[in-house]
Amino acid sequence: MSALVVRQVHKLYQSRFEALKGVDLTVAEGDFFALLGPNGAGKSTLIGIVTSLVNKTSGSVTVFGHDLDREPEAVRATLGVVPQEFNFNLFLPIIEVIINQAGYFGISRRVARQRAEFYLRKLELWDRRHTETRRLSGGLKRRLMIARALVHRPQLLILDEPTAGVDIEIRRSMWHYLCELNQEGTTIILTTHYLDEAESLCRNIAIIDQGQIIRQSTMRALLDQLHTETFVLNLRHPLALAPDIPGLRLRLSDPSTLEVEVDRQRNINGLFASLAVRGIEVMSMRNKQNRLEQLFLNLVEKRQDAEQ
Amino acid sequence: MSVGARWRRYGIIFDTILKKEVLRFMRIWIQTLLPSVITTSLYFVIFGRLIGERIGVMEGVAYLDFIVPGLVLMAVITNSYANVVASFYSSKFSRYIEELLVSPAPNWIILAGYIGGGVLRGLTVGIAVTLVAMVFTDLTLHSYAVSAAIFVLTAILFALAGFINAVYANSFDDISIVPTFILTPLTYLGGVFYSIHLLPEFWQQVSLFNPILYMVNAFRYGFLGVSDIPLQTAFLLIGGCIVLLTAFSLFLLRRGVGLKH
Repeated sequence: MSALVVRQVHKLYQSRFEALKGVDLTVAEGDFFALLGPNGAGKSTLIGIVTSLVNKTSGSVTVFGHDLDREPEAVRATLGVVPQEFNFNLFLPIIEVIINQAGYFGISRRVARQRAEFYLRKLELWDRRHTETRRLSGGLKRRLMIARALVHRPQLLILDEPTAGVDIEIRRSMWHYLCELNQEGTTIILTTHYLDEAESLCRNIAIIDQGQIIRQSTMRALLDQLHTETFVLNLRHPLALAPDIPGLRLRLSDPSTLEVEVDRQRNINGLFASLAVRGIEVMSMRNKQNRLEQLFLNLVEKRQDAEQ
Repeated sequence: MSVGARWRRYGIIFDTILKKEVLRFMRIWIQTLLPSVITTSLYFVIFGRLIGERIGVMEGVAYLDFIVPGLVLMAVITNSYANVVASFYSSKFSRYIEELLVSPAPNWIILAGYIGGGVLRGLTVGIAVTLVAMVFTDLTLHSYAVSAAIFVLTAILFALAGFINAVYANSFDDISIVPTFILTPLTYLGGVFYSIHLLPEFWQQVSLFNPILYMVNAFRYGFLGVSDIPLQTAFLLIGGCIVLLTAFSLFLLRRGVGLKH
């Protein structure tokens, strides 16, 4: 069964702005799915429609076989949402936010307390459970929203930029926990501006731009589209000129940093051999750009060019 | 899900919203409960004792006794309205209403939870004001049933009105306009301090368009057994308004007016 099926969804706001222009999207059960797009592409509108926060103009949305128009309660019972912006009562203690949310899903107070303890411990918030939410840092607030979204054990977890403004350490621990949840069977849809996040976590991806899905495929298939990759090499000794190696494009970004564009079909052993022959020692190497970021920009730019 | 399980779930959702609402006004009782008690006590002292003794009797009862039901009901109206309008608008403003909108809580339970909170605050303050009134006069109830029914129905009606105000409000100014410019004048002109028989014929007719007049008089009947208006008319009007406002509130929630884009 599909976790989410979106068919021909349109959204026309009162201002006459058409945010979604016939979106079709399918997310399989158990998937870790990335929904990417530039600002204003329609990601949040689409998520708003699925989570009942935005009224669609037309089209259909089905979540685990429940139609949003006919069985809205059943749809909402399966969903957990971590929105982009903080949306909890700033004057309530953490524990109350979680217990109230469980209550809204019909979970008794006794069970809610047990689950609140479980998720707050898991997200390292238990020691602060009596702290008013307004006193939390941005990262802790994000973790609170994840705990709140999980307390009713949703089948489909939707995360709208969950790691925005979160430091790298917390981000990594959140990634780890999201992977754990996905392995336990929770379907996850993630929107993010950190494309490395999408690349490392998600198996499938859709790219939305100007209210339309312009690409939906597996992450691997999408990344395979990249024909070349650029590596940045840090050299032990500075060079005056970039070496000339047949079949490779090399350039110096500074005397000690060499950038090499390599065809993805070709292995890079030859590169190191060629450099060694020329007495060039490589101390370290990294990808110049996140691969997904490069593809994402290619797709969006291609579309903009086509329209012009 | 079985019918029993579904209703148990509804019960938990309602209980959660209601508890949250009650905790909210109890936590800030200095702002929510105390002001009405102090203001009404001043009314009792000034209008009841100092000025009232000069007025003597109205509709055959001591002036202080005459104004007690109206002042109690005024507190109920103000507080049930204020509770829902402030709480629901705050949840919209800070966006934590989304916690409920993304949950499987049906609209009628969301409405019932908020209205329940408003009614409980109205009743808490109403009872507190009644207790204060007992310091100034010996209260006897002509009809417990009528008093209790009007007490509760009025609280429900104004909690619903507060809810609709909150749905349409776009700023904190919008939630104070109706109480200041509509509710307070209507309450003062609703026969709290006088019998409409004291008014010229024309103004008596105009007063009949004020719904609060019916509530105050029906409540006064419950206390003193005197009323300017037939009791059935008051019950019909209050009941009719409750049905209308409930239907309208549910319509607003279903359409997501002021809540969804």
